[in-house]
Amino acid sequence: MFDLRSLYQQVIVDHSKAPRHFGVLTPCSHDADGHNPLCGDHLHVYLQVANDGQIVDASFEGEGCAISVASASMMTEAMIGHTVTEFEALFDRFQKMVTSPVDEALDDEAMGKLAVLGGVREFPSRIKCAILCWHTVKSAITAQGGVAHTE
Amino acid sequence: MKPLHDIRNDFPILQQQVYGKPLVYLDNAATTQKPQVVIDAVCDYYRNDNANVHRGVHALSERATAHYEQARDALVAFIHAGNRREIIFVRGATEAINLVAQSWGSTNVQAGDEILISAMEHHSNIVPWQWLCERTGAVLKVIPMDDSGALLMDAFDTLLSERTRLVGVVHQSNALGTINPVAEIIAKAHAVGAKVLLDGAQALAHVAVDVQALDVDFYVTSAHKMYGPTGVGMLYAKEALLDAMPPYQGGGDMIRTVTFERSEYNDLPYKFEAGTPNIAGGIGFGAAVRYVQSLGVENIAAHEQQLLEYATAQAQACGYIRLIGTAEHKASVLSFTVNGVHPHDLGTILDRDGVAIRAGHHCAMPVMQFFGVPATARASFAVYNTQQEVDVLFAAIEQAHAMFQ
Ligand SMILES: Cc1ncc(COP(=O)(O)O)c(C=O)c1O
Repeated sequence: MFDLRSLYQQVIVDHSKAPRHFGVLTPCSHDADGHNPLCGDHLHVYLQVANDGQIVDASFEGEGCAISVASASMMTEAMIGHTVTEFEALFDRFQKMVTSPVDEALDDEAMGKLAVLGGVREFPSRIKCAILCWHTVKSAITAQGGVAHTE
Repeated sequence: MKPLHDIRNDFPILQQQVYGKPLVYLDNAATTQKPQVVIDAVCDYYRNDNANVHRGVHALSERATAHYEQARDALVAFIHAGNRREIIFVRGATEAINLVAQSWGSTNVQAGDEILISAMEHHSNIVPWQWLCERTGAVLKVIPMDDSGALLMDAFDTLLSERTRLVGVVHQSNALGTINPVAEIIAKAHAVGAKVLLDGAQALAHVAVDVQALDVDFYVTSAHKMYGPTGVGMLYAKEALLDAMPPYQGGGDMIRTVTFERSEYNDLPYKFEAGTPNIAGGIGFGAAVRYVQSLGVENIAAHEQQLLEYATAQAQACGYIRLIGTAEHKASVLSFTVNGVHPHDLGTILDRDGVAIRAGHHCAMPVMQFFGVPATARASFAVYNTQQEVDVLFAAIEQAHAMFQ
């Protein structure tokens, strides 16, 4: 039987109650809106990307469930100081983690702190919550100003 | 009414466990579970009578047609329609509203006219009217509500005018539970010459309805919210209105004669029933109506009211729950938020305790905007729910609340 605590680990609860990098970012070179029509989650992400492609700073604001807020909070922590290319690689690893079959072992090392979000695999209806912010950053980087959806 | 234990035994799905816990199904406003008599009616049709309706000369087709049409008669009796020509089978409440907006709307609404809906409508009673207004240049106006989720009838009086062509109001709100003062709305609308459409998707399982006593012009519902199958529903309309309305879709069954030059339409109700219908669904709908009648709508309502009061008292007693929808006249729906717990998380946590509720905007985004919440959690009751299930609900809510402390 799946344990709720595998989804709502204390780290996730903490991030959802006190999200890091929450608010508007100025200056900001990229931003985008993300929307999950199923549950009404709305978030906006901001990035400050330097000329050499380094993500100098990032933030988000919006409203959502614990999973989506914690995921966004942890994502900003994970990406600041890395390049856009590195973010894209991390995006792929994150997406693979949350959509992999439940019986497949997770590569916790490759995911670092983000590994705690691997628990959403056991809750199919919640995977979208975890991945919304990631899609939103991707759309900020690729299609400036577009709205990211979880669909 | 028969004992609750026996009623629960009528619903095979309720006997199961989810995640090792007894299923506590409190998402009845989304769709109710089906009693064995409805399941049997659908199965029997496919097992014994499957044939197309209204066209075969053989035994199966005659049996299928008879059962399908008996379902229509059951609806006539259930809502006290004038006759069977006034009951149109459709896919559900959504299709019924679209039918009226397209067919009646195209011939009765012009630029400058007004359509009046309420602030608590389901999207299905908003979007078709928005489209009609876009097509015709009519104006959509909204009856506001107060903080309890009751319509502001003074504002309704002010909004209502000679320009109003139709008032479309939900009989019972799915997001708030509010039961609207429909008799008063109809009388006032008729006084200025406006027609009234009532969205009875929720109400019919909880409120006894007499369409002739109400003098309502259009009444719509879905079978699946009153113990029937999905994909089938009903449009009731006064015969004179249906007679004057152009057909909605063209095809088989809705015509009498077709040449390549022109077609002559069939009589009511078939004029509005193009194509092979959801025969099994219609037959199941009939069985659901008979099941509800056998229990008695008033008895069902009394039982659910007890549960609602019991649940409301528990919600009010714990300091961290905000009730959304506290109108004086309401039924079967407890919409709420829990401090510090997003409804979506609450839904997931409750699910692991076997408790099925809805978390979201309930297809009523304007209601969420009005109350300033992105979503609510909603527990909604049916005839088979018990006080013990309400206790399980609140124990699970307490757990979820503690988790985020
Ligand atoms: C008040 C109300 N109106 C209309 C509908 C639409 O019903 P259906 O989706 O069965 O067409 C619903 C169902 O959610 C409802 O609750």
